[in-house]
Amino acid sequence: MAAAKEIRSKIKSIANTQKITRAMEMVAASKMRRALERRNAARPYALKMRQVIAHIAQAHSEYRHPFMAEREAKRVGLLLVSTDRGLCGGLNTNLFRSVLREMEGWDESGLELDACVIGNKGSMFLRRLGTNVLGQATHVGDEPRVADLVGVVRVLLAAYEEGRLDRVYMAYNDFVNSMIQRPRIEQLLPFVSAGEEVLDVYWDYLYEPGAPEVLDRVFVRYVESLVYQAVMENGASEQAARMVAMKAATDNAGTLIDELQLAYNKARQAAITQEISEIVGGAAAV
Amino acid sequence: MALTTQLDVVSAEREIFSGEVEMVFAPAVEGEVGITPGHSALITTLAPGEVRAVMAGGEEESFYVSGGILEVQPHVVTVLSDTALRAEDVDEAAAAAAKEQAEQALHDRQAQIDYAKARAELAEAVAQLRTLERMRRRSGRA
Repeated sequence: MAAAKEIRSKIKSIANTQKITRAMEMVAASKMRRALERRNAARPYALKMRQVIAHIAQAHSEYRHPFMAEREAKRVGLLLVSTDRGLCGGLNTNLFRSVLREMEGWDESGLELDACVIGNKGSMFLRRLGTNVLGQATHVGDEPRVADLVGVVRVLLAAYEEGRLDRVYMAYNDFVNSMIQRPRIEQLLPFVSAGEEVLDVYWDYLYEPGAPEVLDRVFVRYVESLVYQAVMENGASEQAARMVAMKAATDNAGTLIDELQLAYNKARQAAITQEISEIVGGAAAV
Repeated sequence: MALTTQLDVVSAEREIFSGEVEMVFAPAVEGEVGITPGHSALITTLAPGEVRAVMAGGEEESFYVSGGILEVQPHVVTVLSDTALRAEDVDEAAAAAAKEQAEQALHDRQAQIDYAKARAELAEAVAQLRTLERMRRRSGRA
């Protein structure tokens, strides 16, 4: 009966694991809902910001902000948005893979790389690669605020303004739906205009106090809102990926338990059969 | 009916107000501004303070903003509110903290490797103990 006992304790241990993964799945599901709400709440600001930026691009201002001016790239910056915690399937791995591909491309074109990172996993990834990390924000929690990200964004913007970076990209996971999260790498700076129609009317804003000050503020807020948006997307993706991964783990544990149960029953049956045949054999010998 | 203009007040974390208003007062950095429908295009930064909106019926609504941006287009007024009080030195401190965190992570590299190593050693020791215990139990039973 030794084998049967061992199997039974194994079943128990797997059942305990299953309990944990099931709980994690449910927690992730409710966190995902909240993350999505937060993401959607951030949408109007991003939309308005884009409109204002589009207006500014159309205005015939005599002042051109450095964020809008393309220059020859020698050094690029990358803002990597990742998760703090693991157990979320291939979410980070997929993102890192596409980041690696992009990095190879930069390397081939002779571009040097500086990075900023949000999230623990990304930090470890970049450290392994030996990338120069300018700034990072880890452990921002499940409900990051804009204020948590300001520091990292500022480090990047400062590097860009001082000319230490000529182009800045941002990599994060885009939440498509709860089954699909897509790694995305987009250019943050300088702004890529989305081909808005140019109005013939000649107009410009009244700037108060002055164009440089106002535009500076607008663009910094714009970048912050883009980063915040990306962090929201990534956060929702994290919870969705974790939910799916934990569901798979729970299902796998179920299959394993079924198989072990079968083995256990067989072992028990075999032991009983053996005992009976021994008794019968003994009786026959007497 | 009096002329109205669309007013949208949003912050990075949520939408605060959206509707038709007759007039808007906002705390621009160079003094409070009042915006009526048809105001020429204006963009200005806001100081912390109160944004007041006079609604179509003459009712007033007010929102506190901790700074931000006010954009005026002929038919729409947008207030992009900051989520928290922002000051140059506070932002600078946040940036310094982000940098420091990055440097710290670099220094901790050694520590983290040691930690992993320690954990592996611990796991090994635990396994040995368990084997030992099992052997002892077996010999005790025998």
